[in-house]
Amino acid sequence: MTTAPPPVVGPSPVAAGGRAGRVPARFVPVLVTFGLFVALFAVGGLRYEAFASGQVLLNLLIDNAFLVVLAVGMTFVILTGGIDLSVGSVVALSTMVTAAMLRAGWSAPVVIVAVLAGGALFGLAMGAVIHYLEIQPFIVTLAGLFLARGLCYLIDLSSIPITDPLFRDLSQTAIPLGEDMFLTPSVLVALAAVAVGAYVLHLTRFGRTVYAVGGNQQSALLMGLGVGRARVGVYVISGFCSALGGLLFSVYLLSGYSLNAVGMELDAIAAVVIGGTLLTGGSGYVLGSLLGVLVLGTVQTIISFEGTLSTWWVKIVIGLLLLAFVVLQRILAVGPRRRRAPAPAPSAPAGRTDPPQGDG
Amino acid sequence: MRELWRKPFWPLVVLLLLNLVLAPGFFAVRLQDGRLYGSLVDILHNGAPVALMALGMTLVIATRGIDLSVGAIVAICGAVTCAWIAASPDPTSPGAAIGGIGVALGLAVALGAWNGFLVSVLGIQPIIATLVLMTAGRGLAQLVTDGQIITVNNPLFSAIAGGELLAVPLTVIVAAAVYALVALATRRTALGTLVEAVGINPAASRLAGVRARTLIWTVYVFSALCAGVAGLMISSNVNAADANNAGLWLELDAILAVVIGGTSLAGGRFSITGTLFGALTIQTLTTTILSLGIPPEVSLVFKAVVVIVVCLLQSPKARALLGRRRRRRGAAGGAPPADPPPGPPTPDPDRADGAATPIPAQRSTP
Repeated sequence: MTTAPPPVVGPSPVAAGGRAGRVPARFVPVLVTFGLFVALFAVGGLRYEAFASGQVLLNLLIDNAFLVVLAVGMTFVILTGGIDLSVGSVVALSTMVTAAMLRAGWSAPVVIVAVLAGGALFGLAMGAVIHYLEIQPFIVTLAGLFLARGLCYLIDLSSIPITDPLFRDLSQTAIPLGEDMFLTPSVLVALAAVAVGAYVLHLTRFGRTVYAVGGNQQSALLMGLGVGRARVGVYVISGFCSALGGLLFSVYLLSGYSLNAVGMELDAIAAVVIGGTLLTGGSGYVLGSLLGVLVLGTVQTIISFEGTLSTWWVKIVIGLLLLAFVVLQRILAVGPRRRRAPAPAPSAPAGRTDPPQGDG
Repeated sequence: MRELWRKPFWPLVVLLLLNLVLAPGFFAVRLQDGRLYGSLVDILHNGAPVALMALGMTLVIATRGIDLSVGAIVAICGAVTCAWIAASPDPTSPGAAIGGIGVALGLAVALGAWNGFLVSVLGIQPIIATLVLMTAGRGLAQLVTDGQIITVNNPLFSAIAGGELLAVPLTVIVAAAVYALVALATRRTALGTLVEAVGINPAASRLAGVRARTLIWTVYVFSALCAGVAGLMISSNVNAADANNAGLWLELDAILAVVIGGTSLAGGRFSITGTLFGALTIQTLTTTILSLGIPPEVSLVFKAVVVIVVCLLQSPKARALLGRRRRRRGAAGGAPPADPPPGPPTPDPDRADGAATPIPAQRSTP
């Protein structure tokens, strides 16, 4: 593995420590995402006068802060080779619980703690079922999707406004940043989530176990790593992030509504995939997911700047981007996948046995 | 054989028994204007689209794949058909309906071929390959309808969902026919075994001479075609195409039906009857909740509970945790063995305990 990957022009100056060059191919997806983001932003800047301003850039973060948090949690789950379909519903449930508890007269800090704990518990339950009862993550989190959305409707069918002063303040606070630019507290929370996520993944034992489990669960188990703790833990993290995203969402909208965030799990998964994380697990970065969210946000912004294009173009473009990145990953993965050939890649053999055709 | 209690039909039986107790009029079926009406007919009629999608999904899952795009294909097919009919010179003529249906089904085949291409030729993970179309497809459908709900008034098109043959709704007949055909094609020919072989080990099956790539491609095309027919039923049912909501989350229902039916998401084996029971279970649950007067939104909670319970009962690990006691009771219940050993009764050391004795005794009576 030390000398193998010449097929891609290695962007070696990445700060990967002394053993740079070992995994340059791993950074390629993230760099491509970054390049795409810059290119999209440049296109927007060239086409529209007011586009290339710092505030538009910051607005990407302001409008997508909750999605960034979701993508961080989703990255953890996908790194282990799992998937969490419940995040959108948990966001909606969190907004509903927040709004309902505030309406019932609970104080805001209590509500925040309760919602975060609830999200983590929800994730814990799903993770435990997935790991200890050996049921597919897809099905368990699908049940979680139904359950959380159904609980939303049980709380209230209509939208509940949030009038709590703390939430109002959080929503209206603008943190000035230079001249004519501002951030919101939500952005700081989202960026903190990214930082914490990156720290946990790269500098803690838990994080390294997450990568190991995603790379090869059997090997991780044989190495004596805490596979169970990692597999359950990622769903706890994802549940926590969903609840946090829900809190940010309720600050953003100042209301709770059962139909909030329908399909947001797909946005989160798309952001993670566009950010260069392999859905088979074991490879990817939280920073890439942040970039993935920014790319999605830029597409949306460009389409809203264009004005004449309708919103459904967002879906089509996101689908196309997803396709492009998946194909790119496939091309990049042909090398590494070959080396660990017996990995149970579900559909690899067709492409693996004759890669020249696979690329065309 | 020792596990009768976890066969796929019992959730449906439980639901129906529940209805027998809670809703006395549930089983009433009446004939009116040459068409059957009643809760049971409703279940079959409204369940037909999901049952069809689940059938296609079963084969896809049997090859160790998954097709997330079927809901989007439902929306696209409904949108294309209605747009075609609305744009034709005479929107009420049978020709317009046939043209629209033809274009829509052709498009469904093309979309299925696209999924199959991504999975079998490019070797992309099925879940992402079809996620592409799931995301973009609904956008495409909205592009076709221009974001509007297109309503049509075409007798032939309405007949897909509103028509009946010998008092039975056409949707039910179509779904039943497709099920029968697929059951015949997979269980009376080698096709089913080949599909399962691909699901167990694609590389090995290819080396054994199975055309894995063609098979994978075919199942995705078939799944999309089923979704296309389901889309026609759904849009014909309301005489309109709603690109936003038609088929929304139906892919999840379809996958659910397959899983409740006992087909493993890990691929390699499938059960057509199981899927049928799964689809009927989901629809019965929905109809039950409606007939009990519970707000339909809450049905999601019940659905989640049913999914969790059914999956727990099917999970080998969960069963092990539930204890051998229940399994033994299931064995003592005397489920007939699937394939009776025709030869001399060789004593099986595993079955030497008391629980196994009734089985040979039962078999010897006929």
